[in-house]
Amino acid sequence: MILKMNSQTTIPLTIKKPSTPLAWGRLGIRSIAFTYLTIMLIIPLLVIVQDGFRDGLAEFWRQITLPVAWSALKLTLWTSATMMVINTIMGTLTAFVLVRYNFLGKTILNGIIDLPLAIPTLVTGVMLVILFGPQEALGAWLKKQFDFSVMFAPPGIILALLFLTFPFVVRSVQPVLMELDRSQERAAATLGAGGWTIFRRIIFPPLALPVLTGALLSFARAIGEFGSIVIVAGNIPFRSQTAAVYVLGEVESENRLGASAISIVMVAIAFGLLMFADYLRKRSKNSQKEIA
Amino acid sequence: MKAISSSHTALMESESPFSTWVDRNKEKWTKWALITAVIVYVAFLILAPIAALTFGAFKKGFGAILTSLNKPEIFLAFWNTLWISLVVVTIHTIFGTIVAWVFVRHRFPGRNLINGLIDMPFAVSPVVAGYMLLLLFGRNGLFAPLIDALGIQVAFALPGMVLATLFVTMPFMIRELIPVLEAFDTRQEKAAATLGANGWQTFWKVTFPALRWGMIYGITLTFARALGEFGAVLVIGGGVQGKTETATLFIYRALEERQYIGAYSAALVLGLFSLILVLGSDWLRRKEH
Repeated sequence: MILKMNSQTTIPLTIKKPSTPLAWGRLGIRSIAFTYLTIMLIIPLLVIVQDGFRDGLAEFWRQITLPVAWSALKLTLWTSATMMVINTIMGTLTAFVLVRYNFLGKTILNGIIDLPLAIPTLVTGVMLVILFGPQEALGAWLKKQFDFSVMFAPPGIILALLFLTFPFVVRSVQPVLMELDRSQERAAATLGAGGWTIFRRIIFPPLALPVLTGALLSFARAIGEFGSIVIVAGNIPFRSQTAAVYVLGEVESENRLGASAISIVMVAIAFGLLMFADYLRKRSKNSQKEIA
Repeated sequence: MKAISSSHTALMESESPFSTWVDRNKEKWTKWALITAVIVYVAFLILAPIAALTFGAFKKGFGAILTSLNKPEIFLAFWNTLWISLVVVTIHTIFGTIVAWVFVRHRFPGRNLINGLIDMPFAVSPVVAGYMLLLLFGRNGLFAPLIDALGIQVAFALPGMVLATLFVTMPFMIRELIPVLEAFDTRQEKAAATLGANGWQTFWKVTFPALRWGMIYGITLTFARALGEFGAVLVIGGGVQGKTETATLFIYRALEERQYIGAYSAALVLGLFSLILVLGSDWLRRKEH
């Protein structure tokens, strides 16, 4: 059986003894890459699946639906979803402003967007505590005036997630917006369309896929976040305990089954989202090729 | 002066020939409203927390920062972080290059699946990553007999923390190199081969120089991420003071023990360090092009 990929290389699928030194080198380098990926990625991911289903599907399900675990999962999902909505709107707007307008300090703004990627997430948590902590000025004032607490509550979680994932949508939309042909917009304006109509009907459709890709990636990243959340939200069951913090608690109290079950759910969501984002990225690449 | 003229030309470009005076002003208002919204959002979300950390650390003066940082336990914590990061960067530079190479140059079944898997550490929670290693190398772990036979300790020791950081930082090097390798014109390699260079010479003299910037950026991102790793090293390392405590684990403990100035100062140092790293390599790259 021969698998033909392109005109230059034909790879026999049946294992054949490579005869030339070049083929040996190819085989060698490929086995190194596969061994590395297997040890570093595949074995750890598989071991958690094996461990979580050790006592059968019913026990796995029982661990997930324990009230504490279930509420931690729900909190993680809804705070991440809220972050995703805000991030989608503000990220698209930021990309639009950066691409379309010139103003003083634009280069600085463009640089600031990447800062969250360079700052350790634990440090992000510390920053937010200093700003909104109950014993700090702003936090105390919000609490006294509006009875609104950011720390040890969902708003803090959403704020931390927004900080971490801010670059995702912006950097996903920006290059596509830059490539956009503006003659259609001019035509629409000539025909009397207003700014909002032009944005909705002409600018946004080609941006939809990159916006969605960026949003999904930020969601996938948010679900597993730990460093900033453990500082900002603490560890209050039913109130501010997210799935990652719950897993840590179960590991520490040696409830292996519970830790593994929730881990599997988190890994499965992450994997599904990544595969879907990858598929969308390929589709948007293809549609760009068609236009070109 | 320059800013005014450039915004003016931008306005001229975007205006349609039939727009009236009213339309033009509406466009101007929209422009400044959107710019203000974005600047306010970024200032509130990103700049305010950074400023808060700086002020928080400097609250009791520069001297207080120095005295709070001048402790042997903090030096040890930063030292642990630094050498774990260095080991991780070295391993990823070598194996990340190999993986990216095989991914771009070879065709094999399951390539799409591997493409998705490479990004997994980016989305898998660090806590889960540390827990996976605990399942493998812990007391009743899958590899426990092997580890015991070899007489090394992995869980609750530095080797485990290196492994955890390796897992978490896996995608950076590979993701930086794949597009560079894809864009690289293989005719240069063929020319070198025709001129009698062997495989290693071709890689070292022709391919490697083209990969250099991708590598530098991959190294920086890996390094910055490794410096800040927290959840995974907490689970696998246990954060034993004076032994397996890294910079991030120290900050966490200091916060819990209410040593605020110490925690804020260490956070500031760690944040500054990775910031300088990332911004520095960005600056170098811009200077080159």
